[in-house]
Amino acid sequence: MSGLPGFLIDDRLHFPSCPSQGGQRFLVEMAAPLTLLLVLAVTIRAALFRSSLAELIAERVEVVSPITAWKRVVEGLALLDLGVSPYSGDVFHELADVITAVALYMAVKDYNKQVFRKQKFALEADRYPLDCLELIRSPKEMYYIPLKVAMFYLLNPFTILSCVAKSTCGLNNAVVALFIFSTIKGNTLLSAIFLCLATYQSIYPLTLCAPAMLYLMQRQYIPVNFRRASFWWFIAQYLFMYLGSLFVLICLSFFLLGSWDYMPSVYGFILSVPDLTPNIGLFWYFFAEMFEHFRLFFLCVFQINVFFYTIPLSVKLKEHPVFLIFMQLAVISIFKSYPTVGDIALYMAFLPVWSHLYRFLRNTFLVSCVLLACSTLFPVLWHLWIYAGSANSNFYYAITLLFNVAQILLVSDYFYAFLRREHHLTYGLYLKRKDGSEATLVLK
Amino acid sequence: MGLLSDPNRRRALINLLTRLNAPICGMPVEWLVKTMQARGLEVYTQRFSRTLPFPDENKERYMVKGTNVYGILRAPRAPRTEALVLSAPCTPGDNNNQAVGLLLGLAQYFRNQIYWAKDIIFLVNDHDLIGMQAWLEGYHHTNTTGMDWSPLQGRGGSIQAALSLELSSDVVTSMDLVLEGLNGQLPNLDLANLFYAFCQKIGVLCTIQGKLQRNDWDSVSGYSHAVQTMMLMVMKQASGRPWGDHGLFLRYHIEAATIKGINSFRQYKTDATTIGRLLEGMYRKLNNLLERLHQSYFFYLMPSLSHFVSIGYYMPAFGLLAVILLLRALDLWVQLATPPPTTEDGIADIEQSSPGVLSVLTPLVISHLTGAALYMLPIRFQEMAVEHFPVSETEAVVLTAIAVYTAGLALPHNTHRLLSGEGTEQGWRVLKLVALLYLAVLLGCTALINFSLGFILALTLVPAAAFVTPHVPKVLSAFVLVILSPACTLLFSVFFFQELQEMPVSFLDGWLLYLSVISQGILDHFLYGSLVYPLIALLVYPCWLLFWNILFWK
Repeated sequence: MSGLPGFLIDDRLHFPSCPSQGGQRFLVEMAAPLTLLLVLAVTIRAALFRSSLAELIAERVEVVSPITAWKRVVEGLALLDLGVSPYSGDVFHELADVITAVALYMAVKDYNKQVFRKQKFALEADRYPLDCLELIRSPKEMYYIPLKVAMFYLLNPFTILSCVAKSTCGLNNAVVALFIFSTIKGNTLLSAIFLCLATYQSIYPLTLCAPAMLYLMQRQYIPVNFRRASFWWFIAQYLFMYLGSLFVLICLSFFLLGSWDYMPSVYGFILSVPDLTPNIGLFWYFFAEMFEHFRLFFLCVFQINVFFYTIPLSVKLKEHPVFLIFMQLAVISIFKSYPTVGDIALYMAFLPVWSHLYRFLRNTFLVSCVLLACSTLFPVLWHLWIYAGSANSNFYYAITLLFNVAQILLVSDYFYAFLRREHHLTYGLYLKRKDGSEATLVLK
Repeated sequence: MGLLSDPNRRRALINLLTRLNAPICGMPVEWLVKTMQARGLEVYTQRFSRTLPFPDENKERYMVKGTNVYGILRAPRAPRTEALVLSAPCTPGDNNNQAVGLLLGLAQYFRNQIYWAKDIIFLVNDHDLIGMQAWLEGYHHTNTTGMDWSPLQGRGGSIQAALSLELSSDVVTSMDLVLEGLNGQLPNLDLANLFYAFCQKIGVLCTIQGKLQRNDWDSVSGYSHAVQTMMLMVMKQASGRPWGDHGLFLRYHIEAATIKGINSFRQYKTDATTIGRLLEGMYRKLNNLLERLHQSYFFYLMPSLSHFVSIGYYMPAFGLLAVILLLRALDLWVQLATPPPTTEDGIADIEQSSPGVLSVLTPLVISHLTGAALYMLPIRFQEMAVEHFPVSETEAVVLTAIAVYTAGLALPHNTHRLLSGEGTEQGWRVLKLVALLYLAVLLGCTALINFSLGFILALTLVPAAAFVTPHVPKVLSAFVLVILSPACTLLFSVFFFQELQEMPVSFLDGWLLYLSVISQGILDHFLYGSLVYPLIALLVYPCWLLFWNILFWK
């Protein structure tokens, strides 16, 4: 501990998370703002449900896609069969949002503790160069992050719209959030089960297998090395649990419904994209314009695009699996076949966790302006196209493209900032070339 | 072959028109039904009723009840999938007393032709726009404005095009084409070109905005005449009201225009026969269409009937104005992001974004609450105002609106008593950044839907938004900001509009006209769904209040 400045010893090494009196007080202090936030969020949603805006929002194509709306019909019918009023569905959706928020809150709190612990060990082992001490995170700045994550999710207009439209996206988000929570807590079985549930609803969370496995291996100190038997043994265990629960779920569905029809109609629908209703995704315009002869080829190209980034990203980010989860969620939300704004809200909820990267971000102004402008232009151009008839699908798709480009820019900006910070932590903040002159960092 | 190649038919038509020249008071429903049936049309009626939110002093109506009458001429050999509409509003008095006669004459002539491929619906609507709204809602099974109407018993197919006729005298000197519809929507330019080309072929004078077009484009006076015509179109489009009965068709993706007959002091008069030939020609052209008119521009401005300015020319002008706002926002962002030059012991303060955003929330919420008050209070409190003050309901509504608007100006002085310690240099910068982006997005969306409204608002609000800071001289800037606010812009526009129409008004008359424009704007919103009033009250006015707040930032 020699050589460390005094302030570091005093306040950055003491994270009030140990189960002592300080820790209990910390938990109680954080619970009150969280409860207030939950009450506010539920009030906003309840107010909007009862207003006349609910039907208007439920028809918007940006909020409800054929997947989420169709399932709502099935859910309503199923509830009707069971004698439950289908209108109890709105409480159900609010509950889904609350579950997501609480799961994310607890997951981020745990993650912060681990980040801080790792940082403490690295500081004690003198692994950071001396000039990058300003990049080290302190408990003071990390104190409010879990609350901010919950706030970003609950008070995001995208989430509120999604909930009021009774889109099942809220339920998907809840399952993914529970998966993240159980992964960060280190519970392999629950992680596999929730991941299986998420995959069961839409296929794309399959790509979250890789970061989950990487994180759990890191937590159990299993080295990520292809030659080690423990590595393959862990992968086999996880995949067994995952595929086993998936198999159980599929068989259960078969017994409930009595036939295999649901598989092509759900998974076939997601993969083969038969419905070309405009949404905020990239598929509909292409497939509306394309000739039948090439449809299969382009379908494969578009679908592979979603899964393709898993392996390179996993290789690059194998030390940082939680950031990998964030990147995968973003890639899924942008490139999936029927995205809605609810999917975007889930990965945007993670942005406060990386708020320490703020100084390395380069495109914040541009990205936020473009996202804001596109969100307001979506309904305007929809109106001009469908109702006024003065515009056509090109206008709407232009805004869709711009929106997705802005999202991609946001995600790649955070990726750049993350890697840059890691580089500085290894090589120092002020880079010098071999002859001592100042150097700059370029992401290739 | 045409309407009057047969002299017998010509005589019959002239007789009919002479008999029908008597002004129609109220709506003679039974007579219309009988006459249309005698001409071989399928006749139906529709009753409707609506209570206006407050009495309309221009047209003197409050509780409106009426009946629309329409007759359908079925196409002899075609499936009943498409239709065309010819409508004439029927108002009591001399206002439109010849149009119905011409409509019935045309109906009789059209009935005898075999070349119709689309059904033609001859509509006589009562209480002009209100009746038209009821008919269109009934036809398309929508109910957006809360009107009470009886369902339509008979229907044609989907309407491809519609023309509305306004004719107040049996001889005209020129035909005026009115294109501006609800919310500034315009029909396809092909429809205007079609009408103009056909007028030239027949030899009827055609005007736009009531002005004849000139041929001397290179001279200064010719150019200024064209600019005046275009400015008239911009003003009419920005008001967001339908300037003819056709204005309500555009919302349903039906190309429509209003044709007005103007009788001025000119030697050469065109009689009703020629007008009939004109309309017959138009309908034969529309009959031959294989698809809806969509090939030409939907967004244009017309300095004359043979020239137009397309969106590719006028949008960059608006874009440049919006870029001013974005550049100012970028400048503020850079100012906010650069750390302060003095740091104490090497640890820079990281709290830049999050606390700043929260302090901005209070002015935002208060401004929007004032905007909501401006939207809701005038209608809600009109009974209370009428009890306490000696004014009529319309005046009460308008004066309450002006009062709420002016009360908003006193806000910054009061909210600063509520907030404590908010007066930081950084605080107003964050607020201005948010306000600039908000204004840019708002103006962009408005310009896409109604370009003229967006452009006029941009012209007045962008300079104000760009220059305002707490450090400019307060009294002068406050004066300039009030002059550039939406309400004063409207006042100046009223005077400007009257100047352009070569009917300048005195200040008092202009003020009364201004008050009636406000009441008409509010009524248009409740009756037809015009977006100008909610846009200004709920979005533009709060945005302007934010800048007013910044000016008085302590």
